[in-house]
Amino acid sequence: MEKFKTITSTYVPLPIENVDTDQIIPARFLKATNKEGFGDNLFADWRYDKNGNPKPDFVLNNPTYSGTILVAGKNFGSGSSREHAAWAVSGYGFRAVVSSYFADIFKNNSLNNGLLPVIVSPEFLSDLFENIHSNPKNTITIDLEKQTITNNKNGKTEIFDINPYKKECLLQGLDDINYLLSKKDKIEEYEKNRIFQY
Amino acid sequence: MKTLFDKIWDAHTVTSIQDGPTQLYIDRHFCHEVTSPQAFNGLRERGLKVFRPSQTTLTADHNTPTCNQDQPVKDPVSKKQLDTLSKNAEEFGLTLYALGNERNGVVHIIGPENGYTQPGMTIVCGDSHTSTHGAFGAIAFGIGTSEVEMVLATQCILQSRPKTMRINFTGSLNEGVTAKDLALYMISTLTTGGATGYFVEYAGEAIRNLNMEQRMTLCNLSIEMGARGGLIAPDETTFEYLKDKDFAPKGNKWNEAVEYWKTLKTDEGALFDKEYTFDATKIEPMVTYGTNPGMGVSITGSIPTLDGLDETGKISFKKSLDYMGFNPGEKMEGKLIDYVFIGSCTNGRIEDFRTFANFVKGKKKAENVTAWLVPGSHRVAQQLIDEGLYKILEEAGFEIRQPGCSACLAMNDDKVPAGKYAVSTTNRNFEGRQGPGARTILASPLVAAAAAVTGKITDPRKLN
Ligand code: SF4
Repeated sequence: MEKFKTITSTYVPLPIENVDTDQIIPARFLKATNKEGFGDNLFADWRYDKNGNPKPDFVLNNPTYSGTILVAGKNFGSGSSREHAAWAVSGYGFRAVVSSYFADIFKNNSLNNGLLPVIVSPEFLSDLFENIHSNPKNTITIDLEKQTITNNKNGKTEIFDINPYKKECLLQGLDDINYLLSKKDKIEEYEKNRIFQY
Repeated sequence: MKTLFDKIWDAHTVTSIQDGPTQLYIDRHFCHEVTSPQAFNGLRERGLKVFRPSQTTLTADHNTPTCNQDQPVKDPVSKKQLDTLSKNAEEFGLTLYALGNERNGVVHIIGPENGYTQPGMTIVCGDSHTSTHGAFGAIAFGIGTSEVEMVLATQCILQSRPKTMRINFTGSLNEGVTAKDLALYMISTLTTGGATGYFVEYAGEAIRNLNMEQRMTLCNLSIEMGARGGLIAPDETTFEYLKDKDFAPKGNKWNEAVEYWKTLKTDEGALFDKEYTFDATKIEPMVTYGTNPGMGVSITGSIPTLDGLDETGKISFKKSLDYMGFNPGEKMEGKLIDYVFIGSCTNGRIEDFRTFANFVKGKKKAENVTAWLVPGSHRVAQQLIDEGLYKILEEAGFEIRQPGCSACLAMNDDKVPAGKYAVSTTNRNFEGRQGPGARTILASPLVAAAAAVTGKITDPRKLN
C-alpha cells in the first residue's frame, strides 16, 4: 500500500446523494480476477452511453474539473460489499473521497486500499459544491497527520475523524494482514480456550 | 447485563488494539467467485496457506447461467472466473459446491439449509447480504476482498465495534403482510443510512412469530438501511429448523449446543445505543417506487411529493423518479409491469415459492409478463418438485429456471431490458442493478404473484 501524504488538489464534484456501489462500478464489470483496470469503468453507466462513448454532461467527462479528490453527496458507497468500488475510485486516480456520510463497508474497503474517506459537516460539503461551481480551480488540502481538511477558497478548516490505528496504517502504508499474521500465537491460544467449539 | 450482540462479540475477541479495532475470530467463512479471486492471489503473492480450511466453504452463484448448467458456461469471462474458483478450491484444499453440485446455490441460502449457519457464530463472506445468517442469532456481516484474504490467512479480521440498536415490532403482522413488507416499511421509515454504524437486534412479538425463512428475509435486508448486520435471538423455531441439517451437531453434541444456544439472548435491562419500536399491525404490503430500497410506500399509497426536501435532496429524488418513469404524487396500484422475478437470497427460499405457488394456483400468468422463477439452490429446486409446486406453477404458465443469483444483480444473461418494469423479490432497486436501464420495483413474493397474474401492480389482498 502506498503511504498517504498531505494533498492539496482541485476536486471533482458529484453532488448526488446515496451513490451506491452499483453506480460506482456496475456488476457486469466485476468479472476480472485481478485488481487492475477498474478505474476505466468508474461510474460507467453515467459516464458512457450505450455505444461506449463518453456522455459530455457527466462530470468526469468535463475537462473543467479534475484533481485527486472526489467530493460526493451524503451516504456515498452504500449497497454491495464489492471492494471493486474502492479499486475503481482509487484506480481512476483519486486519493481521497469527501462526503458528509459514508456507508460502512465502503469506508473499510477504502481504508484497506489507501483511499482516504473524509467525513465533513453538511455545511462544509455544500460550501465545497458552491465554491467549485463559481471557481473550478478551487482546491482542498487534506492533512492526515493533523486530521484536517481545508477549503482553500474560504479558508474554513474542519477536523475529521479517523481511527488512530487506521491512520497509522495509512501513514505507514501498512495493511491489516501484516498485523494479523504477527498474532498467530494468540489465535491458536484463543482456539484452545473458547467458550463453545463449533 | 449484556446484549446478545455483546455476548457473541466478546466471545470472539482475540485481542484489542488500543484505540483501534478488535481482532475478531471468525467461525464460518463463505466465498463465491466474484469477490475472492484477488484474495487468493494475495495469499499466493505472500506465500501463505489457508489457515483453517475446514471453516471456509465455497459456492458458485453470482455469475452462473440459469439454464443449461450441465453445459460449459458460454461467456468466456464468466467461465474464467468460475474456473478460477475451482482452481483456488483445489490448490488451497477447500470445499467447493460448484455448478450442478446438489449443495450448490446462492451462498446465503446454502449456508443455512446445510446447517453451516448456527447460533452464536461469527460468520463472514465477501458479500453484503451475509447479514442473512443473523436470523440464527449469529454475528454475520459482509466484508471486502482484503478482509477475505485476512480470514483465509488467519481466520480473523480487524473490526471496529459497531454500536448496537434494537428494533421492536409489537403486535402481529396482518394477513397478506410478510417479512419483506416489514423490512421495506422499516427501511422507508429509517432511510437507507438510518442504521449506518449499528448492529441491529430485532425483537418483539411479530419477530418471534416469524418462521426461519422470514427471519432470514428480514436480516438479509438489514444492510439496506446501512446496518452492519441484523440478528434475532435463537429460540425453538431456530432449533427446530437446524435439527438434522447436514452440518448441524448430532447426538450429544446437539444437546450441548442447544444448551449453549439457549443462553444467547439479550439480558433484561441491557442497554442499546439506540432503540425503535414499530407497531406491526400498521404495516401493509409494500412496493418501492424509486432507485434505493428506502423509497418504498404501502401498495395502496402514492409516491411522495417533493415537499420538504432540500436542494440536493430534490435533485436526487427527481433523478430517481425520472429513471423510473414515475411522477411525484402518483398512485402505485394499477401501474403496468413487464417482468416478474422470484429469487435471490432475500426471497428465493422454499417458503417464498410456496407463497407464490399458492397464490397463482388455478390462475394464469398475465400475457404481458415475462416471469423468471429462480430457486435459491438445488435443494429448493428439488423441494419444488417433491412438494408438487413445480406442477402448479407450470399449469399457471410459469417456468422454473436453474439456481443462482441471476437477475438479482444481472451478471449473467438474465438482464431486464432498458426501460422495462420488473417486480422483483430481490433487495436492490438501484439504477441498472437488474440490467442497464432496468426499472426495479421491490416487493414480497405475494405482491409479485399478484403482479404476475394481473400484469400490473395489484394489492394481493384484493385478489383472493
Ligand atoms: S442473490 Fe443477490 S444479493 Fe444475494 S448474494 Fe446473490 S447477488 Fe447478492
